[in-house]
Amino acid sequence: MKVSTFIKKYTMVLALFVVFVFFSVLTGGRMLLAQNISNLLLQNAYVLVMACGMLLCILTGGNVDLSVGSTLCLSAASAGQVMAHGGSMGMAILVALVIALIIGICQGFLIGRVHIPPFICTLAGMFLYRGIARAVLDSQTVSIQDESYLNLFTSYIQIPGFDVRRHCTSALITGIVLAVLITLIFVYNKRKNGGMSKGSMIKIAIIDALIVFYGYKLSQYQGIPVMLLWILGIVLIFGFLTQYTAFGRYFYAVGGNEKATKLSGIDPRKVYFWAYLLMSVLAGFAGLLVSARIGAVDGNMGNSYEMDAIASCFIGGASAYGGSGNIGGVMIGAILLGVINQGMSIYGLPDQWQYVVKGAVLLTAVIFDVVSNHKTGKS
Amino acid sequence: MNDYILEMKNITKEYPGVKALDNVNLQVKHGEIHSLVGENGAGKSTLMNVLSGTIPFGQYTGDIIYNGQKCEFRNIHDSEKLGIVIIHQELALIPELTIAENMFLGNERKTALGYIDWTETYRAAGEEMKKVGLKETPDVLIKDIGTGKQQLVEIAKALSKNVKLLILDEPTSSLNEEDSKMLLDMLLDFKKQGLTAIIITHKLNEVAYVSDRITVIRDGSTIETLDNSDHKINEERIIRGMVGRELTSRYPEREHNISDEVLFEAKDWTVYHPIYTDKCVVKNVSFKVRRGEVVGFSGLQGAGRTELAMSLFGKSYGSKISGKEFINGKEVHLKNERDSIRHGLAYVTEDRKTNGLVLSDTIARNTTMARLEKVTGFCNVVNENKEKEVAEEYVKAMRTKTPSISQDVGNLSGGNQQKVLLSKWLFADPDVLILDEPSRGIDVGAKYEIYCIINEMVTQGKAVVMISSELPELLGMSDRIYVMNEGRMVGELETKDATQEKIMSIILKSDKE
Repeated sequence: MKVSTFIKKYTMVLALFVVFVFFSVLTGGRMLLAQNISNLLLQNAYVLVMACGMLLCILTGGNVDLSVGSTLCLSAASAGQVMAHGGSMGMAILVALVIALIIGICQGFLIGRVHIPPFICTLAGMFLYRGIARAVLDSQTVSIQDESYLNLFTSYIQIPGFDVRRHCTSALITGIVLAVLITLIFVYNKRKNGGMSKGSMIKIAIIDALIVFYGYKLSQYQGIPVMLLWILGIVLIFGFLTQYTAFGRYFYAVGGNEKATKLSGIDPRKVYFWAYLLMSVLAGFAGLLVSARIGAVDGNMGNSYEMDAIASCFIGGASAYGGSGNIGGVMIGAILLGVINQGMSIYGLPDQWQYVVKGAVLLTAVIFDVVSNHKTGKS
Repeated sequence: MNDYILEMKNITKEYPGVKALDNVNLQVKHGEIHSLVGENGAGKSTLMNVLSGTIPFGQYTGDIIYNGQKCEFRNIHDSEKLGIVIIHQELALIPELTIAENMFLGNERKTALGYIDWTETYRAAGEEMKKVGLKETPDVLIKDIGTGKQQLVEIAKALSKNVKLLILDEPTSSLNEEDSKMLLDMLLDFKKQGLTAIIITHKLNEVAYVSDRITVIRDGSTIETLDNSDHKINEERIIRGMVGRELTSRYPEREHNISDEVLFEAKDWTVYHPIYTDKCVVKNVSFKVRRGEVVGFSGLQGAGRTELAMSLFGKSYGSKISGKEFINGKEVHLKNERDSIRHGLAYVTEDRKTNGLVLSDTIARNTTMARLEKVTGFCNVVNENKEKEVAEEYVKAMRTKTPSISQDVGNLSGGNQQKVLLSKWLFADPDVLILDEPSRGIDVGAKYEIYCIINEMVTQGKAVVMISSELPELLGMSDRIYVMNEGRMVGELETKDATQEKIMSIILKSDKE
């Protein structure tokens, strides 16, 4: 592979690396502290989760869902109120997810069947659910006391007698086992399809090193967070859906050419319906994660979260016109945003400048995407 | 003073990995109509893009000499300033704007103060429109006039730019015979007034009819320039230059093995317009297709053939559809496209880019799209290995020219896109295949291959319905021909009794009724 094509293919990975190193140096290594590494993904759990759904919406033709921040708030508020009024954890989660599901069905129906433009439909939803959420909260901040609820999302996996606070060896072992497993699967697949290239060996070696490093850092700070498992689960499910199933492929087809898709016997209305339904459910789930992490819900929760999810998708290489993008890229985009956010906070950059930096990053990413695709694209 | 208005010398253009043009030479005389012919992907459009400045100076090597001057066009404006105007195959008109607005788009008539002078715009537009014989008023929206007239608007637009050398890329590919003839006659008329034109076309009868000289391009090189001042050139002679071999017949032979069994039938099929629901577009149409038969559908643009086909294909067009549909003798009620595919009825669109293919997806993904379930396993998971095999198989069978099946369809030439589109529908494995203008805008070689595929389908005991505006193709390929006009079925002919004249006279007679 030539250097130029390599750079083109892995631009965002390289950018992530450069930005990470930059902030590590800038913060005098504080970025690399175990606690910060561990928190990086947890703090951005909502982005990682919601970006999966947002990708589906964007795939259908560059459409976005603006209501997810409000949906997140409403589901968190409902869960909080259920528990504040003596409801069980199970009850709270059920109510929150059912509310998100209902929102998803409504929006999916309006956009898919009634053909309301997604932008307008979800813009209305953004106001609507925010308002309802505040009404549910009665304009108060509701704190969450339920231990089992908090544990379900925010605890760490520590094996009694084996792990102690700063030395959770289980995390490191898990990391090593995972790395070995990935390598084995990789080698097996390559054998079957013939030949391993030098490039792919280096790639797998880097991935292994990162996993082991991550496991090591986690072991130095309380071990594997449960929330990480939740995130991983969602990301894997959606990665699988979009990459390997017929269902996932329909999103790409509709975004690429809706008319041709329809004439091929695929109903675009259903595709839109599912995109917005899944998006809302994920937003609801993200509500649970965020509320557990903060330990309280207020009426401003999730403000402008939709923009983070949208930005991750575009930074991660999803096309603004739909039809292309993948979960892997979007996750890189989300983590890149997360690193920038965390790096700036640790460094102590004033709020106003944080916005400037985020905007600049988004713009650069999209400009790069458009320009490089233009050059490699049609003649 | 030499008599060439344009000389392109040793033009070479390379894309990464491919030489699109290799030392191409083209000489066009003052006041002639010059045809540029060649197979799909031969480099005709690339050459014209070099000439118009779409491919800017510096990205190719070689010289362009126009009116004795060496030119270095950096963009379209440079070439237009000198009177070179190109009209692309896909018309560059904006549907929601009026004829006049479109005509002066980017070239607005302005007042001294710099805002648009609407009075002058509409007056000038009307004047240009008169020259091309357009009777509409300039304030009609582009979307409200037919493709044929849109083509005329493009030409009027070119005239408004003081065109000296007009380049037309496939001007008649979406026109019916009548409109095509009108357009060509108009060009001959302009020629008399001193206009020079270069025409790219696949329709060889038009080449013979209209051009004075013909340049043949094959695989990025100039093969020859033929003289046609007597307009009598043999079509076979041109084909030989294009494909580098003699095509013995333009329509492959097949054994006619038609059974009596009726595979598909429509009875009293009536369809109304999807938006103007009181406008009837298909009126009481009945027809039959037997096993092993190729049935042609003839008619002018707007005869309702596409509307008929699409409405039969799972109601994908129209409103208030009534009538009966039978497949294999059993009445079916096809709710949607999927239902239709499952019952073995497929429709291959006339417009591959808008309605046929996902251009941003790979060949493999497009091939399996209409029947993805054939390559999915447990939990709807796509078996990508199986999909690859299938796609490879079709690429080979169709002789689709592509570096690999993971190529995006948008990067292929028109003929190869058409082959992918056909692959997709053959993969869906229908019993009855409706082909809507299957050979539009593709070259003779690819056409021949597509005809072979049609023949193979019917020998396998399937049935093909072919909608086409090219009468020779219908006569060459079908067993029976239905003639439609203005939404009605106006005639049915056995091909052995049919001639172009007979079909046209049926259409014309039915107009008077």
